[in-house]
Amino acid sequence: RLKHFFVVVAYYMIPYVDVERLLIQFQDEAGEPLGSPFDVPLDITPDKLQLVCNALLQKEEPVPLAFFVRGEAEVVESLRVCVKALGVETEAVLPVVYQPQAVFRVRAVARCTSSLQGHTEAVISAAFSPTGKYLASGSGDTTVRFWDLTTETPQHTSRGHSHWVLTISWSPDGRKLASGCKNSQICIWDPVTGQQMGKTLTGHTKWITWISWEPLHLNPECRYLASSSKDGAVRVWDVVLGRCERILTGHTQSVTCVKWGGDGLLYTSSQDRTIKVWRAKDGVQCRTLQGHAHWVNTLALSTDYVLRTGAFEPADATINPQDQTGTFEELKEKALQRYNKVRGEAPERLVSGSDDFTLFLWNPAEDKKPLARLTGHSALINEVLFSPDTRLLASASFDKSIKIWDGRTGKYLQSLRGHVAAVYQVAWSADSRLMVSGSSDSTLKVWDIKTGKLHTDLPGHADEVFAVDWSPDGQRVVSGGKDKCLRM
Amino acid sequence: MPQNEHIELHRKRHGQRLDHQERKRKKESREAHERSHKARKMIGLKAKLYHKQRHSEKIQMKKTLKMHEQRKTKQKNDDKTPEGAVPAYLLDREGQSRAKILSNMIKQKRKEKAGKWEVPLPKVRAQGETEVLKVIRTGKRQKKAWKRMVTKVCFVGDNFTRKPPKYERFIRPMGLRFKKAHVTHPELKATFCLPILGVKKNPSSPLYTTLGVITKGTVVEVNVSELGLVTQGGKVIWGVSVDEDKAGDHGHAD
Repeated sequence: RLKHFFVVVAYYMIPYVDVERLLIQFQDEAGEPLGSPFDVPLDITPDKLQLVCNALLQKEEPVPLAFFVRGEAEVVESLRVCVKALGVETEAVLPVVYQPQAVFRVRAVARCTSSLQGHTEAVISAAFSPTGKYLASGSGDTTVRFWDLTTETPQHTSRGHSHWVLTISWSPDGRKLASGCKNSQICIWDPVTGQQMGKTLTGHTKWITWISWEPLHLNPECRYLASSSKDGAVRVWDVVLGRCERILTGHTQSVTCVKWGGDGLLYTSSQDRTIKVWRAKDGVQCRTLQGHAHWVNTLALSTDYVLRTGAFEPADATINPQDQTGTFEELKEKALQRYNKVRGEAPERLVSGSDDFTLFLWNPAEDKKPLARLTGHSALINEVLFSPDTRLLASASFDKSIKIWDGRTGKYLQSLRGHVAAVYQVAWSADSRLMVSGSSDSTLKVWDIKTGKLHTDLPGHADEVFAVDWSPDGQRVVSGGKDKCLRM
Repeated sequence: MPQNEHIELHRKRHGQRLDHQERKRKKESREAHERSHKARKMIGLKAKLYHKQRHSEKIQMKKTLKMHEQRKTKQKNDDKTPEGAVPAYLLDREGQSRAKILSNMIKQKRKEKAGKWEVPLPKVRAQGETEVLKVIRTGKRQKKAWKRMVTKVCFVGDNFTRKPPKYERFIRPMGLRFKKAHVTHPELKATFCLPILGVKKNPSSPLYTTLGVITKGTVVEVNVSELGLVTQGGKVIWGVSVDEDKAGDHGHAD
């Protein structure tokens, strides 16, 4: 160990004369010091710092790291720039926090950092913005509330709906939030000011069950969204003009879920036991997928997570989430790259969960026949979700268990038992290693997928937990429920 | 003699003035003016009393008018949003109230404790001894009548050996001993021939249960491992209620 150290230090000792030096102490994110403080030249660059740090870490292969002076300013060009910017005196030991970058691991949430009160009725939907910067929640008191994540306090209260806010959905660039209510109205909100953008979109005759935005790589302006409703119709809205572009009718009963796929297809599931595939451009129905014996409750696309986060890469997350910057072309390019990476060669896969206790795995773009039928649950399935790397599939059911299936073939992998009442929602962490589930028994449980065991139990809610979400930067989990408060 | 009907009598006899209706109408319409004149000009105690009475009258009138107003315009009171907000996935489902769930759980537990094999038994006519058992006379002079022979189908089990003939009171003839039963699944409408495991309960008498006599309404245990039925606990042996219609050979499964 000492040998490595001396070799590295010797390299820097060579230009010895007339270089300002500084004492630094490497620290990891938790604040644990690594090695002892030693001095480096002031205009040391990040890659040299990386060499030193990797030598100290003694890993088999060097891990790319990023360095933050005192945990705040990142060392981009050289240490000198940072020091000048911060105005740190060069006599004291400077703590430099290192962060491994490429291979990121999300740590399990372990405790409730705060209980956000403010809603006067049950919280029925909660979602983080694609970058993890904003948090929005919709509730039975007809308001949509935005919360400030750094201080964990309420930021804006947006009034405009006249009935329960059933569903909320962030646009993939994180600049707009769409919310649908039980009076069949959709409002678009600006998260920065909390004000409504544009007009209220009316047109549906019964309550809105799901809202889905057009993916970023198809349209970086985030202009169109699709909404499904109990009246059996799906409407495509133009948010900028505030009007309905297209109405897709065909279902005979309530449409329970609508997903806008990355290939320009819309998938809708309904209580009439069918799933329909539509072309988003002209609203033509391509295919009807039949097979379920009862209501189809929920849909999940393999590319769901990457469509949700758009151009934001969870691996690039920083402690303080930032807004997406860049022109439309850049964002579109990034989003397209990410989408292609996740999608791979094969087309998108679709999973549907139903009241008939089974799930079907479909290849909707190509085939009418399902790829696999996933049985095993003994009560209706409430939510299905692909993991962000699309390798795994989780299904939450009213039979108090969550089942994990293989995302490609649909083979059953394991069952996660622990809840004592119906499991309502699940959320994956950004690295697909952990999953949190919220249930009617008022607890949340964090599961480690690799071992298949319960990682942490998060009690604390006073009543049923209706909504769960894990922020895409992996830092926080939010849960909201019947007891009117949100827990982080 | 009646003294107060002269006005009415006159009206009946001679009718009313020709412009009676007109005058009545005009007088009534003047009433408001006259009332207000009175109210303005009255003084003294009389006035006080009158004003008090008039005040209460006016309040009453206002109330009735308001009620009529409300009846005319039907307003949707959408200020209050209903309680009990639920997310979209729970909207079409009727949630069971908590109390009901708990009481159901308790009832379930009680049922489980009471008896696992409780099958809904239809009320069957209890079969008397003369029907099921036949008296066998024995003895040198055929006078003793303590032996009985079963006249119905029965099940004895694998490890059955007869008691010494001198001592056996109940005879179960070999011809009436059956090992298998035809069982029909009511939903699947399929019939299977399954080996009997035992007679669980004969509704007529516990004696018949111990003997293994199978009559109408008897609950019989049947081995369904061949069917490969699995529940959460593993293999399940169903209780079968035997219906005598099919000559004691067939049964309907439960």
